[in-house]
Amino acid sequence: MNFSVVLNQFWPLLISGLALGFIYVLISLGYTMVYGVLRLINFANSEIFMVGTFATVIVSRYFFHFDQNTDPLHGFRLFYTMGACLIASMLMSGVTAVMVELIAYRRLRAKGTNRLASLISAIGTSIMLQEGVRILTHSTPMSNPRLLRKFGAITIGDVNTPNNVVIRNDILLVIVFAAALFFAVDRFVSKTLLGKAIRAVSMSEETSRLMGINLNRVISATFLIGGFMTGAAAFLYETVYENTKYNVGFSIGLAAFTAAVLGGIGNLRGAFFGGLTLGLLEVFIAAVLGTQWKSVTVFVVLVLVLLFKPNGLFGEAVQQSRV
Amino acid sequence: MLNIRDKGAEIWEGWNRPTRSTFVIGLIAVVMMLPYAGNFSFTNILNTPISSYQAVLVYPVGMFVLMALGLNIVVGKSGLLDLGYVAFFAIGAYTAAIMGTHFHWNTWECLPLGMALAMLSGVLLGLPTLRLRGDYLAIVTLGFGEIVRIVAVNNPSIGGPNGIANVPNPPRTLGVSFGLDHMESYFWVVVIMILLIIWMVRRFTARRPGRAWEAIRQDEDVAALMGVSTLKYKIWSFSIGAAIGGAAGVIFASKSMYVAPDMFSFNISVLILSCVVFGGMGNIWGVILGGTLLAYIPERIRFISNARQFVFGVALVLIMNIRPDGLLPRKKREKITKAGE
Repeated sequence: MNFSVVLNQFWPLLISGLALGFIYVLISLGYTMVYGVLRLINFANSEIFMVGTFATVIVSRYFFHFDQNTDPLHGFRLFYTMGACLIASMLMSGVTAVMVELIAYRRLRAKGTNRLASLISAIGTSIMLQEGVRILTHSTPMSNPRLLRKFGAITIGDVNTPNNVVIRNDILLVIVFAAALFFAVDRFVSKTLLGKAIRAVSMSEETSRLMGINLNRVISATFLIGGFMTGAAAFLYETVYENTKYNVGFSIGLAAFTAAVLGGIGNLRGAFFGGLTLGLLEVFIAAVLGTQWKSVTVFVVLVLVLLFKPNGLFGEAVQQSRV
Repeated sequence: MLNIRDKGAEIWEGWNRPTRSTFVIGLIAVVMMLPYAGNFSFTNILNTPISSYQAVLVYPVGMFVLMALGLNIVVGKSGLLDLGYVAFFAIGAYTAAIMGTHFHWNTWECLPLGMALAMLSGVLLGLPTLRLRGDYLAIVTLGFGEIVRIVAVNNPSIGGPNGIANVPNPPRTLGVSFGLDHMESYFWVVVIMILLIIWMVRRFTARRPGRAWEAIRQDEDVAALMGVSTLKYKIWSFSIGAAIGGAAGVIFASKSMYVAPDMFSFNISVLILSCVVFGGMGNIWGVILGGTLLAYIPERIRFISNARQFVFGVALVLIMNIRPDGLLPRKKREKITKAGE
């Protein structure tokens, strides 16, 4: 136990917690939107994330021929290289998500079978994706070359005293970009026609079909949006942590799913607060108890929350924004 | 769709008591002789390329069937999604390892303790969480499975990540010795446990707990309205499942003589759950078939070692798409009132 670290390192911990939290927010959108329409845990979402991280690494490594010794980029080249990585990640994850829906869910949904059958077939696709990537990469981790030179973008307080707060530019990018994406999805779901259709399906599948909504299209669109968000999260993760492996999705996917449940699964804004809460909790707990106890404490907190608020922190309060 | 389960039940109904007994005794004898089945030239195809066929019969095949039957009570009978079943397996295994190495208990003394501890942890976990519905229960149990593993990794007094070695084999019992070159005796122990569980589950299914579980599985609110004390029966189902997992763990530890946290990863929970759903939830015979296939096939196809998990994933997706209710689905309506009246 080391409580003094919280006082001494409060601001740096808070900032890295927020960055992690925003990455969780984007991934848990993938879980929560699919849960909203299908009432099913999308078990393959962690693999959708993993595929996205590889897309970023492959584009920067083999398309732009970056390696560990290349100098970081500046100006317009930086902008379009990172843009290409981001778009590759989002597309790759989005397409994978739609494929997962086609392979694992669609036929079973048409048959109207029990939920566990879909769960198992989702687990099957998850194993397929993970093992496929493992075989292709020979189980070796891949590092993402540094495109963006990292420096303190914002300094609050006096640089010459130990009490200043430095926000690195990549962290700033994560926070700003993820918040913007979340805002965009939230607007999209509440304002556009397709968003309204998604919300209608999540309220009642039967009624929305009677109202002339094409269920399959709406569900595919939901998977696509969830995949886009997960892909963006994968890109941001690579920008900050710069490493990936075939099993990178497991622990992060688990944490993101926990975040979704914490906020009230099926609820967009719940995922936002759940993700941030979980990111901050993980970072502070790791600082106090040591990293090895991080996931244990997170789960204990989750159990306690569910014990007293069984629908998650925001399950009922923001019902209107349910997807 | 062809329903072998109903067909089998029909044939069974048609038999009289002596025929049934002969059939059951014959079947048990055949199963008990399975460890020797790989010895003939024409059965060579049964042999597994890397680990010996007899060892594969005990772990994973026997153990997976045992645990799948335990999980079937939780998932198949009462409809509670448990994604952390491996935790109880780990608790049983660690109990056997700690009591065996530090206190020199033999396996048969560890067995009840391991089951009791697993059951206790099942009750402690169940009391707060079984009030939750569906997916929340899934994530909490999943978390519990990970917690048990992480606690084992971070606890140097129980070996930390290295685990505990030199767990004693069971002593010579009833003229049967145990050890690395006596894998068939472990298999017999596992088969006896499986038989006991089948007997227990069949008794339960026909009586009050089985009816309560069935009611809870179909509609929990209606069950509660009809006066079923749902929490009580859910905890019972959860802790009976846990005890079976614990028993499997004790046998596993004394068979492999070594336990380490890595053996109890989330993958095992997923595999056991796959066995249950793959074979046919709620149907004992389906679950046994599912457990046997899902444990045996990956061992048998080890020659494509690198792609074996990949093929496994493809098989899961294909079979679930072709037979979503599992290979041997349960009867559409369980005839539960008949024996219970």
